Amino acid sequence: MEALDDVTVFVLSLLVGFEVISRVPATLHTPLMSAANAVHGVVLVGAVLIAAGAHTPAGYAVAFLACVFAAANVVGGYAVTDRMLHMFRPPGERAGRPGGTGGTGSTGGPGGAGEAR
Amino acid sequence: MTALQAAVGAVYLGAAACFVLGLHLMNAPPTARRGNALSAGGMAAALLATAVLAAAEGASAAAWAVIAGGTALGAGGGLAAALRVRMTAMPQLVSLFNAVGGGAAALIGAYEFGARSDPGTAVAAVIALDVVIGSLAFSGSLVAAGKLDGRLPGRPVLLPARAALTAVLALAAAAGAALTAAGAGGAAAPAAAGAAALLLGVVGVLAIGGADMPVVVSLLNACTGLAVAMAGFALDNSVMVIAGALVGASGAILTKLMADAMNRPLSAVVAGGFGTGDGGPATGGGGADVQRIGADDAAIRLAYAARVVMVPGYGLAAAQAQHELRELADLLAERGVRVDYAVHPVAGRMPGHMNVLLAEAKVPYAQMKEMEQANPEFPRTDVVLVVGANDVTNPAARRLGTPISGMPILDVDKAETVIVVKRSLGHGYAGIDNELYTAPGTRMLLGDAKEALASLTAAVKALVG
Repeated sequence: MEALDDVTVFVLSLLVGFEVISRVPATLHTPLMSAANAVHGVVLVGAVLIAAGAHTPAGYAVAFLACVFAAANVVGGYAVTDRMLHMFRPPGERAGRPGGTGGTGSTGGPGGAGEAR
Repeated sequence: MTALQAAVGAVYLGAAACFVLGLHLMNAPPTARRGNALSAGGMAAALLATAVLAAAEGASAAAWAVIAGGTALGAGGGLAAALRVRMTAMPQLVSLFNAVGGGAAALIGAYEFGARSDPGTAVAAVIALDVVIGSLAFSGSLVAAGKLDGRLPGRPVLLPARAALTAVLALAAAAGAALTAAGAGGAAAPAAAGAAALLLGVVGVLAIGGADMPVVVSLLNACTGLAVAMAGFALDNSVMVIAGALVGASGAILTKLMADAMNRPLSAVVAGGFGTGDGGPATGGGGADVQRIGADDAAIRLAYAARVVMVPGYGLAAAQAQHELRELADLLAERGVRVDYAVHPVAGRMPGHMNVLLAEAKVPYAQMKEMEQANPEFPRTDVVLVVGANDVTNPAARRLGTPISGMPILDVDKAETVIVVKRSLGHGYAGIDNELYTAPGTRMLLGDAKEALASLTAAVKALVG
């Protein structure tokens, strides 16, 4: 029964994913893929869980490598997505402002703080 | 279920909601950045809850050292790479992050198999899938990153007896996975499945040409998502299942969109062997028929046009000339010319890559027209400036019997005048002549993209003020 619950969640999540993603315009496909990439960095949750349960040297070694990989995935993924999206600016905003720090109409602000975790 | 487990479950649910809403906010440029921050916030909460759970379950000091050390090392490396990467190198970095994600998922599967004395058929089966898909995504993404970065040849590398080799490796991976699920063969079964999948990823992606990389990167992204979902099943962890499924769905959709944009069936892409892999030297003999134009002439045509459409391709990015293109466009716009950018879905080396490069050069996203928006406008356009794009403008795609037949293209040949900035008269990825270059309305401005655009800007300033 529990397995069936998991499969239900999996299938519904797939459908939600199809629904949400198919609305994203081609302009944002690279940041979208990068963001999706960061979301599968959730594998760090799994890496932490196996590390917590490990008790042999081999187990620690596998968990350590998994933590390194997953942390690079999640932190790098969010940071690079934020960097890309920072560059997409609204129509009225023209050149100048080199390396602009969230000008008018930018949605940046303090919201970007989460990515450096 | 203890109260703590219930609380952690609730946090996971909240995190999953953040992921969905975050991806939803990415459907428009103004809200996209907030969406990414929301997603990152959900991730941070899920990780914090996991750490609390690990502490409550009495993780040893050694375990904490492993977690802290590994996470710090990975996070530092990932952050440094993310902050330093050039936007042209984005596809390889995304591919690398995808590789390590798949690798982590495969390692979790391997660990779980070793840690459980009798996992049962269902859990053993998801572990086997996790190891196989994760390993495939790991090695395949590394090879894709190597190709995109130019460390490996972009052309299809066809190993001897590749078909037989691929079949043997696929069978070995499947057999190892089946034995794992059946509980036979001990640790050797998943190890063999994982090793075969690793090799399969290398052999498979090596054989695929550089032009097909947008499809491959999307496909491997979907694979990693599925591997993470399988790891979530093995650990009975809801947030991993949900997040993995979301990524699997997004990767699948992007794969289909990219394959459609190139009119290449996914099976043909995966089979590999297509394309020349790089721009290649001038090998076509068609050089005699083209009409050339100088920078001054081209500048006058651009400056006195009412409507100009810029068509940037990967060659523009390779020459790092986005900024020069935007300068020219802005100068023309100041003179009252209506300027837009037409972006083909597979311009660049991953889906939507060219849009990021234009955004980096501070082009407002409202001026970036997708192919469906741009094509009806070409007959009303005075001058199209094609910079570093080749196959996506080739009218031969409309006829039957060419390697690119049926590929959706930008109909630039319907405009009054087409000016093509190009280094040489060589081929594009598909390795065929571009009929656009010999069309009556086309003028070729030969030269490096960056220099040619700079000289066009200078000429517009000098000739028409």
